[in-house]
Formats: sequence, C-alpha cells, structure tokens
Amino acid sequence: MLYLSAPRLVPVLGFLLLPIFLNAYWQKVFLSVAVFGLLAISWDILAQSGMISLGQALFFGVGAYAAGTLNHYFGWHPLVTLPLASIFGGLICTGVLLPVLRLRGVYFSMVTLIIPLMLVRIVEATKVFGGTEGLSGIDALPSHWLEIYLVALVLLGALFGFRRMMDSDYGLVLKGIADNDRSVINAGINIYWFKAQALFISSSIGAFSGAFMTHVYMFVGMPVFALDYSILPIAAAVVGGPGTLAGAVLGACILVPLSEILRGIGGLRIVLYGLFLVVFIVGLPEGIFHFIQRKYHQFERWVEVD
Amino acid sequence: MGAGPILEVTGLYKNFGGVQAISDLNFILNPGELLGVIGPNGSGKTTAVNLITGFVKPTEGEILFKGEAITGMAPHKIVRRGISRTFQMVKPFYQLPAFKNMIIPLYSPRVKKMRGGKYGDRDAVALDLLEEVGFERDSMVAFKSAGALPQGYLKRLELAKAIALNPELMILDELFSGLSLAEVAGIVPIIEKLRFQGKTLIMIEHRLKELFRIADRVLVLNYGQKIAEGDASQVMDRPEVKKAYLGAE
Repeated sequence: MLYLSAPRLVPVLGFLLLPIFLNAYWQKVFLSVAVFGLLAISWDILAQSGMISLGQALFFGVGAYAAGTLNHYFGWHPLVTLPLASIFGGLICTGVLLPVLRLRGVYFSMVTLIIPLMLVRIVEATKVFGGTEGLSGIDALPSHWLEIYLVALVLLGALFGFRRMMDSDYGLVLKGIADNDRSVINAGINIYWFKAQALFISSSIGAFSGAFMTHVYMFVGMPVFALDYSILPIAAAVVGGPGTLAGAVLGACILVPLSEILRGIGGLRIVLYGLFLVVFIVGLPEGIFHFIQRKYHQFERWVEVD
Repeated sequence: MGAGPILEVTGLYKNFGGVQAISDLNFILNPGELLGVIGPNGSGKTTAVNLITGFVKPTEGEILFKGEAITGMAPHKIVRRGISRTFQMVKPFYQLPAFKNMIIPLYSPRVKKMRGGKYGDRDAVALDLLEEVGFERDSMVAFKSAGALPQGYLKRLELAKAIALNPELMILDELFSGLSLAEVAGIVPIIEKLRFQGKTLIMIEHRLKELFRIADRVLVLNYGQKIAEGDASQVMDRPEVKKAYLGAE
C-alpha cells in the first residue's frame, strides 16, 4: 500500500507539516514556493493544451490588481477578494487573450509576452490604480498560519485536482488540441471553446496567486507585471518535468529556495543560478519528475501491490 | 430526407494567391454512392476535400449537404452535420494506446447527441469500434501504443475515428497510400461493409486498381479542373485522362 500512496503522501505531508518547523523568514520563502508552484501549474496546463505562454505575469498581475482594487477602494475582506479576484481575473485574462487563441506556437507566445509589458506602461501613463506608487495599505489575511495553510491547500488541491483533470477524457481532448488540432476539429469539437476553457482555468490559478501575494505584501504595484513571474514558472516546469503538473511544483520547490540560498553570495547569484538551470536542462531534459517516476517504477517488481 | 443528392457542389473556385487550386468544380453525389476522385499530384484533390469539410474557405461557389448550404461553415459544425473525413497523413497520439486514440472522436458533441446526451463508457465503445476495423480483440493490439503499430493499423485507426462519428458522408483521403496489397485487401471489406450500411463515400486515391474495383463512379481532376467523370471502367480510356496521367503523346 505504501508503494502506491507514498508518492501522494510525500507532497501532502511536506506541504502541511514543513511550515511548522520553519522560522519566519523561511515561512515567507515557503509562501513564495507555493505561489510559484501555482504559477508553474498554470503554465503547464496551458502548455499541455498547446498554448506556450510567456506571460504568466499577465495572470498574476491582473489577479493582484483585482484583489488590491477590491480591498483598497471597497474595503472588502481578503477572504472575499481572493475568490473574486481569481474568477474575475481569470475572466479578464481569458477575454484579453480570446482574439489570439487562433494563433499557434510562437505567435501566441509573443502576444502573451507583450501584453503584461504593455499593461505596466498603461498603469504608469494613465496613473490608474495608484500609478507608479501602487496601492498600499491593503489588508493582510487574518493570521499568518491561515496564509500558509490557505496557499498550501490551494496548491495541493490544484495539483491533484488538475492532474486528475488532465488524465481524464476531457484532458485528453486538451492534449489532442496541442498534438494535432485538425484531428480534434474533425471530431466536431470546437477547439476554440476548449482552448478558452483551458485558458480560464490557467489564468484563474495565476490570478489567485497574484491576489494572494497582494494580501501577503499588503501592497500592489507595477512590479506584479515583472518578467520574473513569467520566466520563473517556465523554468520550474521545465526543470521539474513539463506535462505532469507535479514536475512543475517540484521545480518550484527546488528553484525558489535555491535562489534564496544563493542570495548570500551577491552578484554571482544569477550566474550560478543560470548555470544550475543549464546543467539540469542538458543533463535531465525529461525533467526531474519524469526521472524520479521512472526510477520509482523500477521498484515495482520488488514490491507486492494488492 | 428526400431522394435528392446528399452532396451538391456548384461552381466551386479556390485561389491560393495567384494559383488556381480548384476552378469551376461541379458534381453531385447521391446517397449510398461511392465516388472515387483521382488525378495526378497537385491536381487539387485534397483541396477539394478541404473545401467540402470547411478546413479551407472557397473563393467562390456553393456546397449543399442534404440540400442545405454548408459553404464557408466552420469545420467542426460541418462534422456535426454528418460529414467526416480521414487525413492523408495519419498523426495519432503515438504515446497513447490505440484505443485511447478513439476518445477524442467519442467526445464529440455529435456522438453525445446520438447517444441521447450520454457518452457511456468510452473505453468500451472504443474497443468495439476498433474490433470492427480489424483490431482483433484477442491479439491485444488495441492496447498497444499507437507508436508501435504498423502503418496498416494506423490507417485502420484513422478509419475507425471517422466511423465513430457515425457520419452520413465519409471522405477518405488516400486511405490506401503506403499500404501493402495485403493490407489494402484487409481494408476493402470494411469499406464494403460501410456501403452496405448505406454510407455515402468519397475516396481520394492514387491506387487506381483497388479503387476501380469498388467505386461506382470516378471523377478525374487535373490542374484543379474536372476533366472527366463517369464509370470506373471507361474513364481511363478517355484521351484527356490518359494525357493527364501519362503526359502528351
């Protein structure tokens, strides 16, 4: 039994028990891991549906500003703004990207890369939502334990829930669109409707992580559209193993703490970090998760499974 | 549905830039007929299929399916009305087992409608459909990953995907290409059975001998134009067809 349940127990227990043993600083890092894990899941769902996004920052930023606005101008409680920002952030992002769903491959990627950069300049130029100052004085979540366990539970829920979804027949249709869209059209399936659904799911996850970070930092400003939120989730998914969602989370668990540890060495941090990425991508192009999965299955012949 | 033709193509034109891919194509197809479409490479056969199935929009002309215009309609809507096709280049999910490849067509809204809003157990239906096209159940071949299957089985899989939609009109684009004689001989009975069930078929083929044995009528295209149409046994004797295939005398 343990052979079957261990791969599920490790992440569940890890995310639920680990925060208890961490000090305040590493608890913040833990939040960061969870948020980048969610962004990486969000990227992976889109990638599996044939949309390679370079703009997770769009989802993150829209969610962050949605939560910030609802809290700053209307004074709504964080537990209300979080779900609302996720859903409406998802709807807004889907609406923005709807016209480019017809684009394939690198053309879609380019649009997703450009839109967050454009939004930054719009906020700067029109001075909406506090302009360059941003919106400060946003309410934090009632307790920091709630913060930790909320994001941990959402991450675990998203990980297992969406893994199940991608393994279902519905997920197979999404993967079919990525693989050979003409063959899916030929089944009488409206691929743009399915792509829009995948986009909504993905952008809602991204918007949640943005909204969550707004309440953690108690501030929202132009940095939410920064390139970090687009690139790091991709790095996490690629290092961890794309197409599994679990790999995406695993990648975030490695890359985010690593980035923190390397902080001590100053300027060379980015070089070492980059070197690490290159070593992993060259050495394990399938991703860490696929590698572990393969090795784990080799134990099967020694373990009795009932 | 009346006794009228199931498909009517009138004055169909398609230009790609300056290239006239299809010009003034006219033909009708009666229910239950098997129409063969032949022609040299680049004569516009596949473009004609793409126009009928909506993957490409025509420059001019009209296509009626069961008396209703489907010209320029989105391809997935045309499929839902009852036209399904196979592709010349089979591109299955190579890493998935063969029967899982059937899930996508079985997910179709058309299948849902036919089954009264219920999809049922898609895996079981998939295995049944594959057995019909020759994936012997005992051999477990339906459980092999599509990447490990020989070309003959991949073509059968492609055919099964079209059959799953229970279409009224099936368009088979070079189903026989790349197959051995034995493999073709294995597929012909499946097509005969489809005809027996009253399906209307269009077959684009380069394998003339095998096609002529089963086709009711043959249409010959060259440079996007219909140069001949008629009984399979007579069409090849016409001088313009000989010229298109063998070059000028």
